[in-house]
Amino acid sequence: MFPETWEFHIAGWINDFTNWLLTTFTAFFDGLSGIILSLLLNIHSGLEAIPWWVYILAIALTSYFTTKKIGLSVVLSLLPIAVGLFGLWDLAIETIAIVLTAVVIAILVGIPNGVLMAEFNRIEGLGRPILDAMQTMPSFVYLIPTMMLFGLGKVPAVLATVVYAVPPVIRLTNLGLRQVSQEVQEAALAYGATRFQLLKEVRIPLAMPSILAGVNQTTMMALAMVVIASMIGGGGLGYEVLVSINRIDVGRGFEAGISVVILAIVIDRLTQGFAKRFEPPSN
Amino acid sequence: MTQQAIEVKGLWKVYGPKKENVPLDQPDKLSKMEESREAVVAVRDVSFSVNAGEVFVVMGLSGSGKSTLIRCLMRLVEPTAGTIKMNGEEVTSLNNQELTQFRRNSAAMVFQHYGLLPHRTVLENVSFGLNLKKVPRKEREERAIELLNTVGLDGWEAYYPANLSGGMQQRVGIARALASDPPILLMDEPFSGLDPLIRREMQEEMVALHEKTHKTIFFVTHDLDEGIRLGDRMAVMRDGLFVQVGTPEEILENPADDYVARFVEDKKELFQEAKKEHGDDENREGMTEDVS
Repeated sequence: MFPETWEFHIAGWINDFTNWLLTTFTAFFDGLSGIILSLLLNIHSGLEAIPWWVYILAIALTSYFTTKKIGLSVVLSLLPIAVGLFGLWDLAIETIAIVLTAVVIAILVGIPNGVLMAEFNRIEGLGRPILDAMQTMPSFVYLIPTMMLFGLGKVPAVLATVVYAVPPVIRLTNLGLRQVSQEVQEAALAYGATRFQLLKEVRIPLAMPSILAGVNQTTMMALAMVVIASMIGGGGLGYEVLVSINRIDVGRGFEAGISVVILAIVIDRLTQGFAKRFEPPSN
Repeated sequence: MTQQAIEVKGLWKVYGPKKENVPLDQPDKLSKMEESREAVVAVRDVSFSVNAGEVFVVMGLSGSGKSTLIRCLMRLVEPTAGTIKMNGEEVTSLNNQELTQFRRNSAAMVFQHYGLLPHRTVLENVSFGLNLKKVPRKEREERAIELLNTVGLDGWEAYYPANLSGGMQQRVGIARALASDPPILLMDEPFSGLDPLIRREMQEEMVALHEKTHKTIFFVTHDLDEGIRLGDRMAVMRDGLFVQVGTPEEILENPADDYVARFVEDKKELFQEAKKEHGDDENREGMTEDVS
């Protein structure tokens, strides 16, 4: 037995700190919450306004123009019909709205941080363990502080999703920028590129495939987190899964689960096809 | 009086320890550090000068420090000690902004593996330096097209480097170097990656280009034939040292040591041939010297 008298807790401090944050920065959190909520609502109502068959058509066309594969395009565009047949179309749109909002925020936060990590070795050294922690920490743990700061509902769901999903885009931005050929960078410097010009004209364009792979991974992670985030009021397909778990309704759970998988496949294929277009021409 | 385009004095580049921890004044200590691989000396107390309009060749095998040397001139590699003067400017004492301006205007470099931007077209690659200088689009594109004509690549503007053969890519590299009309060209084994026939062709074109523009050319190669063919003067480099500096003729006739002698053993015939080809060239040089 570990000596009981040695017991030492930091839980109290963390609670105190969260409370202090909450009372001191009420206005800040309310403001942030408002911005995220209006972004989410706008995206959601925008997505809702589009008729279902437009989605099918859009998926078919984007897929065809990015990959030039007819078979793949047909399959990709037919898959979402299954979601509609399960009667889960509206919930799927709600899920996409949350994922999209989270991904937009993750990109806005992630790409600049990835650039900073690539530019400054010190920031990379500092950032790596934080990213490791973010990715290994059980995702349920994020729910508690975000819920305390923002209450129940969609905003904490989006934020918890961002925290969970942002590491890949940061990592792959950093990696992509660092992997740009030294020879090409040296040539750019020799012609008088400043540090900023080197980044803008050479490193970012050449790292684009890697950055987009990061966006793709972030999107997949966001989709996975959305189910968990439904526990604090995220809604959408995740809520359907949650209800099925509570009622031990395996069939209903599978329908929702399959729908999430379908969303993942379609989004994954579309973003990957898109990323290919950014690769520099080769032989 | 001939003007010196490049003047290098006591240049050292030591990899490994920090600049201030290199005991340049204690040769014994330095050689001990080298033995224990704590320090690697790439350029060892090199001094030389290149006249304006001259083609100066540095010849050495791989690992001799020639690539480090050419990078020191542009400060792509930061020298450990010594001074570099190019075109009257003291490169070694420039601050960051001045260095950027110097790289944009005073010298341009051609790389062994071309160093072209794979995501930019041939036209954009040639005008890259002008783009960095914020030259208006129309002007820089006109200039780029003009240079593509000079290097014989008219009509290839819209292609990407990956669509071009090695020789053509290096022509793009040369056009890019000429774009801002710098007085000094630094060439780091520019033709080493090319097929022998193309290499020969490019060498001849370079000679023609030099006759037309009279730019100062600092040329690094591992190929003795190339050095003899192109160089007004050449330096033989080994282990970071200049073993011998002189005209190709001098080096062939009076090799400074066994190392150089072994190198030049069977090259004398080739040199006679090259001399015939360059007869006009040498007369021209003589004339410019008289005038100045």
